[in-house]
Amino acid sequence: MNTTASCPECDAPVQVPAEPLQGEILPCGDCGAELEVLEVAPVALGLAPEVQEDWGE
Amino acid sequence: MRIALVTSRLRVEERLILEELARRDTPLERVDDGAIELPLGRDAAPWDLVWNRSLSFGRTLYATRILESQGAICVNAADVVETCGDKVRTSLALERAGVPTLRTAVAFTPEAALEAMRGFGFPVVLKPVVGSWGRLVARVDTQAAAEAILEDRAVLGGWTHQVFYVQEYVEKPGRDARAFVVGDEPIAAIWRTSEHWITNTARGGKVANCPLDDGGVGELALRAARAVGGGILAIDLVETPDGLAVIEVNHSGEFKNSIAPTGVDIPGAMVDYVLDAARRGPA
Repeated sequence: MNTTASCPECDAPVQVPAEPLQGEILPCGDCGAELEVLEVAPVALGLAPEVQEDWGE
Repeated sequence: MRIALVTSRLRVEERLILEELARRDTPLERVDDGAIELPLGRDAAPWDLVWNRSLSFGRTLYATRILESQGAICVNAADVVETCGDKVRTSLALERAGVPTLRTAVAFTPEAALEAMRGFGFPVVLKPVVGSWGRLVARVDTQAAAEAILEDRAVLGGWTHQVFYVQEYVEKPGRDARAFVVGDEPIAAIWRTSEHWITNTARGGKVANCPLDDGGVGELALRAARAVGGGILAIDLVETPDGLAVIEVNHSGEFKNSIAPTGVDIPGAMVDYVLDAARRGPA
């Protein structure tokens, strides 16, 4: 079952998968911020790092 | 067999890979590339096989170089990463292998780049030699626009932005193809359609299945994969008036949007390849 955690940007509830993985990226449905799962027990979200110049596929 | 999966941000792709590995009860160490520390001069790497899915070209390249030197099997290999992460190296590899690609020139000053653009005729495309997701790829329609963009890159960019990679503009039929090659097998391909001239799905392009025998997409993708050294690769192709041509080869391709339209278990095929490489051991 999904749980929720607070968006660190706008404080809105964010849906978190039942088994979140550290480093996973989740969007905030309210403010659109990209969030990173920092801790899984309990779930803590932070703003995902900015895209770097050499990032990609 | 000690297997590591190196990640930075965990994209949907990495989650699917982890789920697939878990389904097969594969013991695995997840390694965050931000925390990685690699002493040089070690006799043996801490892992036997390292599958690098980091987002960072620089981190992937140097980690892979070091770990390979210490005996680890790396997917993809360092030479492959180095070739795919640098558009000039990719172009040279494709050209060397006789794989059709787009006409390209490289220049090192705005003046010389402008001359190259005039040679192709406007519109023309300017790309950073390192970069992905269509970022900083510019379609240059006029000489005035070229002068402005080249000055910006020369003044604001680091040295890699002053390696001006100039490519012919192809009037494509509103779509291009992304094909996945795993080892010696093209496994799936999609057409990416967009009203914008950049069709990356990261930029909102729509996707549909592309049969691998459609115009020889699968065969050409395999030739491109072999040209850069092989492994797990995602190849972008475009239809030109002269036939299909390869635009680029990605060493850490994203595939989440390609599973549903193709019906192919892409992460499953990738995991098959990696576990097979682990079983075979060092070459």
